[in-house]
Amino acid sequence: MWLKHMAYHSQNQFFFFFRMLRALFRLPFYATETKEQLYLLGVKSLFLVILTGVFAGMGFSLAFAQELSEFGAKNYLGRIMSISIVRELGPVLTGLMVAARVSAGITAEIGSMKASDQLDAMIAFGIDPMQKIVVPRLIALVIMLPALTVVMDVIAIFGGWAVATLAENVSSSLYWASVRERLTFGNMFIGLLKPFCFSFIIATVSCYKGFTSEGGTKGVGRATTESVVLSSIMILVVNFFLAKIVFQLIKGYL
Amino acid sequence: MIEFRNVHFAYDEKEVLRGINLQIDYGETVVIMGPSGSGKSTILRLLLGLECPQKGDVIIDQQDICNLPEKDKREIRKNIGMVFQNGALFDSLSVGENVGYYLFEHTRMTLDEISEKVEKMLGFVGLDSDEIIDSLPEQLSGGMQRRVAIGRALLSTDPKIMLYDEPTTGLDPQSGANILSLIKKLHLERNICSIMVTHQIADALQVGDRFVVIVEGLVVFDGSLDELRESQELDVLNFLAPFRESLHGVTNKRFI
Ligand SMILES: Nc1ncnc2c1ncn2[C@@H]1O[C@H](COP(=O)(O)OP(=O)(O)OP(=O)(O)O)[C@@H](O)[C@H]1O
Ligand SMILES: [Mg+2]
Repeated sequence: MWLKHMAYHSQNQFFFFFRMLRALFRLPFYATETKEQLYLLGVKSLFLVILTGVFAGMGFSLAFAQELSEFGAKNYLGRIMSISIVRELGPVLTGLMVAARVSAGITAEIGSMKASDQLDAMIAFGIDPMQKIVVPRLIALVIMLPALTVVMDVIAIFGGWAVATLAENVSSSLYWASVRERLTFGNMFIGLLKPFCFSFIIATVSCYKGFTSEGGTKGVGRATTESVVLSSIMILVVNFFLAKIVFQLIKGYL
Repeated sequence: MIEFRNVHFAYDEKEVLRGINLQIDYGETVVIMGPSGSGKSTILRLLLGLECPQKGDVIIDQQDICNLPEKDKREIRKNIGMVFQNGALFDSLSVGENVGYYLFEHTRMTLDEISEKVEKMLGFVGLDSDEIIDSLPEQLSGGMQRRVAIGRALLSTDPKIMLYDEPTTGLDPQSGANILSLIKKLHLERNICSIMVTHQIADALQVGDRFVVIVEGLVVFDGSLDELRESQELDVLNFLAPFRESLHGVTNKRFI
């Protein structure tokens, strides 16, 4: 019973994903909504991302520096920081923060529109909610999540630098030289491919959960929770497999 | 003309309609009544093509709405104005934007032209104060929201069919009366086909010239007021029992 329920929803979610992709390349395109979402999803998440970035970067740097100093290898701090942040920490942390903030918002918004018949009203007026509601959010996520990830990366590496130079006596120039050494094409490629994929996960899960929420206000609450949990878990799972697969494919460029 | 041919409909496993047959012509005002959960709103949803019957056909102007491509469905919906059970106003848009929604989305009118039409429409539904147009739906009372919803439905391309889902339920008598007279006014001025769903028998009698009673997904009565009063059908008697008084009250008033 439980398994059947899960299989049913995974399958539908899969179909929803393809419907969403098809809608992406179809008219009408709603520019005003898209701009609004770019602002709401992107700019409004900026502060959260910066805050997370600073502290995560400082925390990482502190832990690594202490560990490395046991081997007398503090000069490698920059390398470790840049590879772990650009490839793992930046994408995952940004993905999770945005998933928590944005997918809850999207699911709640669509769910309450559904509960109050606004979605039906929209269809009755000849508007396709897929084009009007889903596509603008998808586009905003696809653009903003990689952008926010870059911000997160930069901020976290700076946070690491602050700890390294101020608390751990690593020289600034050594830190930066060693950071740059691991900023290879391959690492940056993975670091941007991940948020690109995560944006589709967040958009699919949160919109699907909103559209399928049932049972009024209470149902919207439940759908919102499920949406955050599911998109976070999927981000973590996909994160692992992406790294594994892509690593195999582009090994030569690392 | 609207036609339901032996329409069966179920949500998942829950059977809601089991063989509805109805024919409604332009110019008629039909009131659909029935106990809560009998499938009244579902009938309106089928008419808009928001759901499709599992068996039977819903036919509007000789076209089966469920077998049409999206584009033609949209054309048909343009002729239908729907007032949802709780208004279903877009809560992120102002009242003016709600009423002008169709014009914003589907026409190339300038903002000035639209706001002129919106103001006229708000006047028509009796909401002509200046603050209302810029306020959000949540700032209005239930009755005002309902009137905004009617205005929004009317300002699509002059609808040929108006659907009202419980337009007076939960309103104070004053707002209820306002809305009923609005519905009557519309019907007289534009000669459109109106279908109103309601629990309130008294309201039904004021507006309708044909009455349909639905119980458990079946049409148990379909006819005029006189026939309704005479009906000996058990389901109809049961449904009308609590309303006997208002049924006769209105009749008396008519003869005075
Ligand atoms: N989305 C849905 N999913 C499952 N069941 C539904 C759904 N919508 C309605 N139902 C069920 O279908 C039946 C008919 O619903 P409908 O809304 O048509 O009733 P109604 O006659 O309009 O009732 P009311 O007078 O209370 O508005 C109800 O028993 C309801 O529980
Ligand atoms: Mg109803």
